[in-house]
Amino acid sequence: MNQQKKIIENITKKWLFLVSLTTLVILIGIFFLLFFTGIKAFSEISLFEFFFGTNWNPTAYHEPSWGIFSLFIGTLMVTFGSLAFAIPLGIMSAIYLAEIASPKVREIVKPTIEMIAGIPSVVLGLIGLLFLSPLIAKLFGLSSGLTGLTSSIVVGIMVLPTIISISEDVITSLPREFKEASLALGATKWQTIKMVLVPASLSGIVAAIMLGLGRAVGETIVVLMLAGNSRAFPTSIFDSVRPMTANIAIEIKEVIRGGLHYKSLFAIGLVLFLMTFLINFISDLIIDKHVKKYKW
Amino acid sequence: MVDTKIKIRDLDFFYGKKQILFNVDLDFYSNQITSLIGPSGCGKSTLLRCLNRMNDIIPGIKVNGNILYNKFNLYKEENSVVEIRKKIGMVFQKPNPFPMSIFNNVSYGLRVQGEKDKEKIKKIVRESLEKADLYDEVKNRLNSSAFSLSGGQQQRLCIARALAINPDVILLDEPCSALDPIATAKIEELLKKIKKEHTIIIVTHNMHQAKRISDYTCYLLDGKIIEFSETNELFNNPKNKLTKDYINGVFG
Repeated sequence: MNQQKKIIENITKKWLFLVSLTTLVILIGIFFLLFFTGIKAFSEISLFEFFFGTNWNPTAYHEPSWGIFSLFIGTLMVTFGSLAFAIPLGIMSAIYLAEIASPKVREIVKPTIEMIAGIPSVVLGLIGLLFLSPLIAKLFGLSSGLTGLTSSIVVGIMVLPTIISISEDVITSLPREFKEASLALGATKWQTIKMVLVPASLSGIVAAIMLGLGRAVGETIVVLMLAGNSRAFPTSIFDSVRPMTANIAIEIKEVIRGGLHYKSLFAIGLVLFLMTFLINFISDLIIDKHVKKYKW
Repeated sequence: MVDTKIKIRDLDFFYGKKQILFNVDLDFYSNQITSLIGPSGCGKSTLLRCLNRMNDIIPGIKVNGNILYNKFNLYKEENSVVEIRKKIGMVFQKPNPFPMSIFNNVSYGLRVQGEKDKEKIKKIVRESLEKADLYDEVKNRLNSSAFSLSGGQQQRLCIARALAINPDVILLDEPCSALDPIATAKIEELLKKIKKEHTIIIVTHNMHQAKRISDYTCYLLDGKIIEFSETNELFNNPKNKLTKDYINGVFG
């Protein structure tokens, strides 16, 4: 009997170890596939052209060009455009929900906001295509409403629930003593929020923003539908842009497997991977530093 | 004869449907230490928190009656809670410094009031820390986190923080219950010292503490005041049998 239990326990342990190992192997596998396929592109494309060339035209009849700079700027534009929209709105909503809203309002609003995170991005893309893009074209007198701005707004809406939900959790989980101490010193509610609660939850808010940032960088379907996908170098937020993710999605179906174009798309994937990796790394640093200094 | 600083009249306090305080009448005298004692749940902390309207942040409370501070009714609608709390400071049971540096903790009240003069802030921070007998221990690390201090030091920091805005009255809600005897003794000395400039009201679990530091003592039971008199009188010659039972350790 005892022997049997031991065996079962042993098998369970090994099984769980195997499962977690699989995840790790898959992750490492993805990275190596990306790395070794992508890196091969640079035997024929110069690093300088790849990163700083503004012209991406691998299928040109005479001389193909391989510069991802325009695409890179497209990614940055949509990412930071969406965050410029989502950060202030997200933090303000989180503060409202955590400190100002009545419990009843919070009970209704918070799950509703979290539900937005569950809407498939293609549906948001459709809504953007049908309503937002004509509106933006009309509002700014553009010939097409498929711009960096349009996709920024919709990607912003996508990352908003993440930022709100995590920031709200962080603010509500602060010790009640901070708030009491501040109020007892004659601070108003607003001063308490601004001078104590928000600074104390900064690491969590930064984490929320970084999570949103990671999602915005990697978002594909919304930008594919709404950014317009022009390869020209974008000069303003009203231009049509083609972020790196959209470029991979558009072109990967039409390339010869193993060809240079194919490899160069993997190289773009590698750049995206490194970007999100860097974002995570930096946010860990920020959080570490802040949390360590004033740990309670 | 001493002046009366705060007068409580006919105070009833409700939390939802439950009545916590019953018809409380009580005076607190200027520049004296008054202790509120009684068993857990007798309403002494609630009574203390009525004095700076700290209970306001709890939803579902109701207060009837009057609390006069220098003839100024604390519970009149038009009187600003913020102004009241600048005059009537509070120190809590658990040391609760902000997650900021030691300096910024003490200067917080001043910054809230919009004080911009850096030199003035520095001077007041120093004076407040000195008054709270903490300056010598922290003078070389004012920019370290307040959480790097020991529990007793944190509580003295909280006292310094309250002193920095120079309140008239200081309320203390069992300030030593989380501290060891040495840290407690330091705080008791400190309170005796600062009563020259402030009126002090302290809730305490510890009867010996009430005896050691307070001039007046009030015994509460089940939300009612059982006895209030000079501390020596209350402990040596209690008028009420309930008081006698409590101080003799029959219950509580």
